[in-house]
Amino acid sequence: MLTYTLRRILMLIPVLIGMSLITFSIVHAIPGDPAKTIAGDKATPEQLQQIRESLGLDQPFYVQYLNYVKGLLKGDLGTSLITQVPIAEEIGPFLAATAELTIAALLIAVFLGVNLGILSAWKQNSWMDYGAMFIALIGVSIPVFWLGLMEQWLFAQQLDWLPSYGRVDPRLGFEPLTQFYVLDSLLYGDFHWLQDVLMHLILPAVALGTIPMAVIARMTRSSMLEVMRQDYIRTARAKGLSEFWVIYKHTLKNAFIPILTVMGLQLGLLLGGAVLTETIFSWPGVGRYVYDAINQRNYPVIQSGILVLATIFVLINLIVDLLYAWIDPRIKYGKE
Amino acid sequence: MRKRFWIINLAAVFLFSSVLVGCVEKKTATGGKTLVYGRGADSKLLDPIQVTDGESFKPIDQIFDKLVEYDKESTEVVPGLAESWETSADGLTWTFKLRKNVQFHDGTPFNAEAVVYNFERWMDPNHPEHKGGEFPYYGYMFGGFKGDDGHVIESVTALDEYTVQFKLKKPLGPFLSNLAMSPFGIASPAAVKKDPVKFAQNPVGTGPFKFESWKKNDSVVLVKNENFWKKGQPKLDRIIFKSIPDNAARYSALKSGGIDMMDGLNPNDAHLIRQDSQFRLYEQPGMNVGYLAFHTGKKPLDNVKVRQAINHAVNKEAIIKNFYAGQAIPAVNPIPPMMWGYNDQVQDYPFDLNKAKQLLEEAGYPDGFEIEFYAMTEPRPYMPNGKKIAEFIQADLAKIGIRAKIVTYDWQTYLDLTGKGEHEMALMGWNGDNGDPDNFLYVLLDKDNTRMPDAGNIAFYKSDQVHELLIRAQGLTSQEERSKLYLEAQKLIKNDAPWVPIAHATDTYAARKDITGFVPHPTTQLIMENLDVKE
Repeated sequence: MLTYTLRRILMLIPVLIGMSLITFSIVHAIPGDPAKTIAGDKATPEQLQQIRESLGLDQPFYVQYLNYVKGLLKGDLGTSLITQVPIAEEIGPFLAATAELTIAALLIAVFLGVNLGILSAWKQNSWMDYGAMFIALIGVSIPVFWLGLMEQWLFAQQLDWLPSYGRVDPRLGFEPLTQFYVLDSLLYGDFHWLQDVLMHLILPAVALGTIPMAVIARMTRSSMLEVMRQDYIRTARAKGLSEFWVIYKHTLKNAFIPILTVMGLQLGLLLGGAVLTETIFSWPGVGRYVYDAINQRNYPVIQSGILVLATIFVLINLIVDLLYAWIDPRIKYGKE
Repeated sequence: MRKRFWIINLAAVFLFSSVLVGCVEKKTATGGKTLVYGRGADSKLLDPIQVTDGESFKPIDQIFDKLVEYDKESTEVVPGLAESWETSADGLTWTFKLRKNVQFHDGTPFNAEAVVYNFERWMDPNHPEHKGGEFPYYGYMFGGFKGDDGHVIESVTALDEYTVQFKLKKPLGPFLSNLAMSPFGIASPAAVKKDPVKFAQNPVGTGPFKFESWKKNDSVVLVKNENFWKKGQPKLDRIIFKSIPDNAARYSALKSGGIDMMDGLNPNDAHLIRQDSQFRLYEQPGMNVGYLAFHTGKKPLDNVKVRQAINHAVNKEAIIKNFYAGQAIPAVNPIPPMMWGYNDQVQDYPFDLNKAKQLLEEAGYPDGFEIEFYAMTEPRPYMPNGKKIAEFIQADLAKIGIRAKIVTYDWQTYLDLTGKGEHEMALMGWNGDNGDPDNFLYVLLDKDNTRMPDAGNIAFYKSDQVHELLIRAQGLTSQEERSKLYLEAQKLIKNDAPWVPIAHATDTYAARKDITGFVPHPTTQLIMENLDVKE
């Protein structure tokens, strides 16, 4: 197990090198120029040239890349061209915002998705099954931005139940501490803040969680159906176990491996795919941070932002792989 | 066994989180008169001299004061941190008398030394605190930096504690208007010296509001400066600048009470606000222009008759009605009509497809031609929907036989390609800074600005006559004399038709009805010291 984990972590290195090289090349291949963002529409050619020189953008491609990697090896993610703040310092609050939204979305997705899947497997071919799968079909088909806008229209504009933008009402004077606002409001012991923060989370988390919810529901259904046909389930029923225990303990546990895989993959997608949700709901997350950087041609932020996201994605997949062995002791790593 | 394990676990988590609850004390105070201002993007930095984007200037204009200010509703210059000033007959020496008893937010005094320090820091690339960015506007408005050939300011000296003298190398027509621009807000020398890079995250000026906090991509919070030098101002206790990128989402935030005031309304939403009794729409003819530029160096656009023909084929009224929701006026000249030096004698090319066809025939293109037509996809203040406008023009061009192919890129690529002259026709626009015609005509239509790859004059219009007029006007300080030269230049430009000037868009703001004291400014500078709101 330990050697397996170590080997997987070592394998991260080539993945990340490849990743950084690809991002670096693409970023530098697209036309456009950070000097123009910095100097504005009004800059003279001399000024632009001066800025390019001071940023080292006039150097050959490979020199720029080597400088970047040299910095990375020293643990330096670079400095934002626009704000002049080290990226490692700047990215923290954005990552926390995205993580909070992603976790909320995943919780919704897992809770609803797994139960919907169980329901439709348990009552296979009934109207409940069809209903649940219809919801799942709609869930995977709805574009996130459309759902987000509809939520805003209905729950914020028409009904005025929930706020549709930001993480907290700016009038409350919320002071972030860990940047995880739910945790922060608990730390302050202010339930008014907590309520406000949770209300702000609901709409974006539902919008973001819909697709994974649907995917998880479908995966749960098929995986559950497979396990439910096994002999030991019949035995469990024959023993007189209640249906609840048969489903949630005996079946779900054995059906969980593929569901877990999907959850891991979806979590990665959520992290990177939050750009649309973050824009619609004005969520100050890392997706929008990188997206803005692309528009401004803020090269270091694009590179390091994507690198950080890629690392998290790979790490999540590693954790999911390790979880398999924990859930299903028959799976052993490290031995051929 | 298993079950007990879970119960213990859950209990532990619960205990742990209840220990967490309330273990940190809050510092912020709320209450008082708070105004939440919704806008489309966050500020980049809050050091005035480092930035060029309007979103950065919105909070900056509240934190900093300039030596001189624009008058409430015009670009006329009035006293700011300087109470009075005089200029020598040759226009080379400017002496400013400064206001006394003004303090920076950090308690240090504002005086002549502080002014000298700011200018030294801006102009001298070797200054120890010339750091944190590129100081773009300084170089742009004053002809470069210390040591550059074009640099206009010879020296800035403190004659006594409250008198500052500027010596210029050559007269600069827009000198005083330049000083009133947002980038030239006077910063606290003590705060800059402490850390010039961090200063941009924690700005200190003399303005009506003090910086309190900044959550990136989310909100900037400012609080009242109790010691502001204008007595009785500001009236608000707190301003929160909240970024909501989507125009429609920002509008719905306004309607639901989440924000009190906003800018950047979709034209149709502006229309709805006008009919809503709970809100008020503020409109200000914008100091901008949206235009279609011809690459005058490329065939067949090198032919003036072709350019005039296309001018006759663009229906500005319909474009403004359909794509600006009426929030604009048709553009005749490159500069907007409210600007001094505007030539109202110039006649526009009327929308007339027959005339256009006839001109094309005269030019030798009776069957028209094919052409690439660049359109921006991102909404710009001067052009809310470039692609749709391009399609509309395309349809009319087709009627006179011109087959235009619309090409789009993202904004940065777009600027890059048009600056290199890759286009044949392109939609473009400009937001003015200082209310001076030079800021439009020289930048956008002088042959000096056709150098690639960063041409500002993307029509690559190279008229020696116009160049001569514009350069002469730069060297004069009398507005009347300069005005005459600009009138002449506009006539020549109209005749040569390097552009189709399309529209001057109206800037719109919406606010709750009970908010008083707001006057939009033609430069889009945001002045909030008079704003008041019911508690």
